[in-house]
Amino acid sequence: MLVDLLELHKNMYQARAFELAQAALWHQGLISGELHLGTGEEATVAGVVAHIVRGDGVALDHRGSPVLNLLGVDLGLMLKEMLGREDGLCRGRGGHMHLFSLEHLAASSGIVGSAAPLAAGFALAAKHLRPGRVGVAFFGEGAANQGMAMEAENLAVAWSLPLIFVCKDNGWAITTKSKSVTGGDLIRRAEGFGLAAQKADGLDVETVWKTAGRAFEEARRGHGPQFLLLSCSRLDGHFLGDPLLRLARRPLKEGGEVWRKAATAAFSGSGAAIGARAAGITIMLKTLKSVRRGRYDSREDPVFRSLAIIRKRADEVARIEEEIDRMVSDAVEKALAPGEGV
Amino acid sequence: MARMKFSEAIDLAVAEAMARDDRVIVLGEDVPMLRPNLLACFGPNRVLKAPISEAAFTAAGVGAAMAGLRPVIEIWMVDFIGCAMDAVLNHLAKVDALSGGRWKCPLVIRTSCGGGYGDGGQHEQALWGMLSGIPGLTVLVPSNPADAFGLMKSALAHDGPVIFLEHKLLSERLLEYLGRMGRTTLDFDVPAEGIEAEVPEDFPSVPIGSARVVRNGQDITIVSLAVGIHRSLEAAKRLEPEGISCEVIDLRSTRPIDRETLTASVSRTGRLLVVDEDYRECGLSGEVGAIALEAGLRPGYARVCLEETLPFARRLEAEALPNVERIAAASRRLLTAS
Repeated sequence: MLVDLLELHKNMYQARAFELAQAALWHQGLISGELHLGTGEEATVAGVVAHIVRGDGVALDHRGSPVLNLLGVDLGLMLKEMLGREDGLCRGRGGHMHLFSLEHLAASSGIVGSAAPLAAGFALAAKHLRPGRVGVAFFGEGAANQGMAMEAENLAVAWSLPLIFVCKDNGWAITTKSKSVTGGDLIRRAEGFGLAAQKADGLDVETVWKTAGRAFEEARRGHGPQFLLLSCSRLDGHFLGDPLLRLARRPLKEGGEVWRKAATAAFSGSGAAIGARAAGITIMLKTLKSVRRGRYDSREDPVFRSLAIIRKRADEVARIEEEIDRMVSDAVEKALAPGEGV
Repeated sequence: MARMKFSEAIDLAVAEAMARDDRVIVLGEDVPMLRPNLLACFGPNRVLKAPISEAAFTAAGVGAAMAGLRPVIEIWMVDFIGCAMDAVLNHLAKVDALSGGRWKCPLVIRTSCGGGYGDGGQHEQALWGMLSGIPGLTVLVPSNPADAFGLMKSALAHDGPVIFLEHKLLSERLLEYLGRMGRTTLDFDVPAEGIEAEVPEDFPSVPIGSARVVRNGQDITIVSLAVGIHRSLEAAKRLEPEGISCEVIDLRSTRPIDRETLTASVSRTGRLLVVDEDYRECGLSGEVGAIALEAGLRPGYARVCLEETLPFARRLEAEALPNVERIAAASRRLLTAS
């Protein structure tokens, strides 16, 4: 199989466009609650989903919509769900963090880490009922520290499950730098469990496509579970309106109260010795500094990077992007249209 | 009197305990971001960020408490306590009993709970009733800043494990963080008296297991907690012109429950309505009814609870949560029935 970069770019663009449409509805207050966009994960998602076929079971985390989008779940139905409509994908009961498509055997969960054992169950069912089909788990490197995720890695090896763990490494466990709370490295950890583990640049769609292709092939052949560690970015924070991001990008406007409180606390009469207090402040500043990375239209932006590679085919790209823009705005229009489900 | 916000009051109680006692430490998910003031004041050794590993850091908190520390364990949401359930159910709740009362486990789990901001059924549960079924635990649920401070103060002084639940509609910080996120395009039915109010100047503690009569009345005893208190008070106000006089009791502590305050009121009114954001079946609302029966009372009884997994759609969510309309309707029915 040869890589089709234009097709992959199209899928990435489609993932991006749909995420941005959700952001617009969220900002208007039409989508409630936390909205975790998958912006920055497009290459990872497009490169992996290209190898998923009907009958594979897909377990998703709180950034499920890019995967569902590329699996072919109706965009209008998903948006209606996020708007809480009766005619939405899950009748308005689930919402954007809990999207389920039985038809695509794809289920999301907002409980960090839970995708890993769920996909193990999908893989077990595949082994019994659909030979050649696999389970796929999408989760982050922060989730990799959940006991259930590590238990699932071990279980997958013990039961020789046809399972692909897709660990999307964006560097952040909510507002905490993952490195600062993770021992060792995740590839060696996976290898320690006996998994076949590969690490790749998850911002480069061709690399992801190739790496994932090998893993899917191995798993489908019954050669046991596979672990992929794909480094990606988190362009819109943990969720939209992430206070850490707001604080880092506009420290004076957003940070007034936080800084005032921290300063008052740091200089209050009671508390730790001055060294410990300084260490506390340093942690806060360091965290904010590292948040500044991860910008649109930079090396951290997978869609931007893929565009640079296929820029010679500008005409085709423009046509494809226009087509997708139209498709997404149709979905938005459909979702906002009055009807029984409102 | 000092005016104070709900979460600020809790932070203050924690900070005071940390200043007084070196054994008090805070550990959990994202604590540097969530408690920058504690981090700045006490440093990273006592404000310890944890990986997303609820099972491990909660159980580690148990060990730390058994070995002499007094940890405050922070879990983002009570829904995620599912991941740490072994530590809660089989360990921190059982150390005292299994050691024949010879070994104490003084720790506080501080976690957020509750719905009303459209986050869906996996992130908005109350669960105080479910947790209160476990012997060995203390479960505290404040409804206003003064109680939030006073209950946390008691929790930190207690020599056993306490689960302290911070309702997200009462915490300006959590609601901003999880519901609003800088947006002005959404409305939330926030109880004004719960989110910010006067706290007595001497900052008294609130004894564990003491309910409070927040409104006197003759016809019905409404028993509730957290946001439910504010909804019940609103319903009581609405029922007054109809000639229905409601007494409203804030449980504040769901394990142990203040039986005396409860039964004294019900024996006068003869009618009991439980308003509970937790699930209806096998939980707090049934327990409160049983307490009245065990006291020999035979009141008219009704309950307004959560009857299903909380739906995401905001309209459905508002209907599913105990709201003023449902409370008022249940009160009227109770009055005509008995």
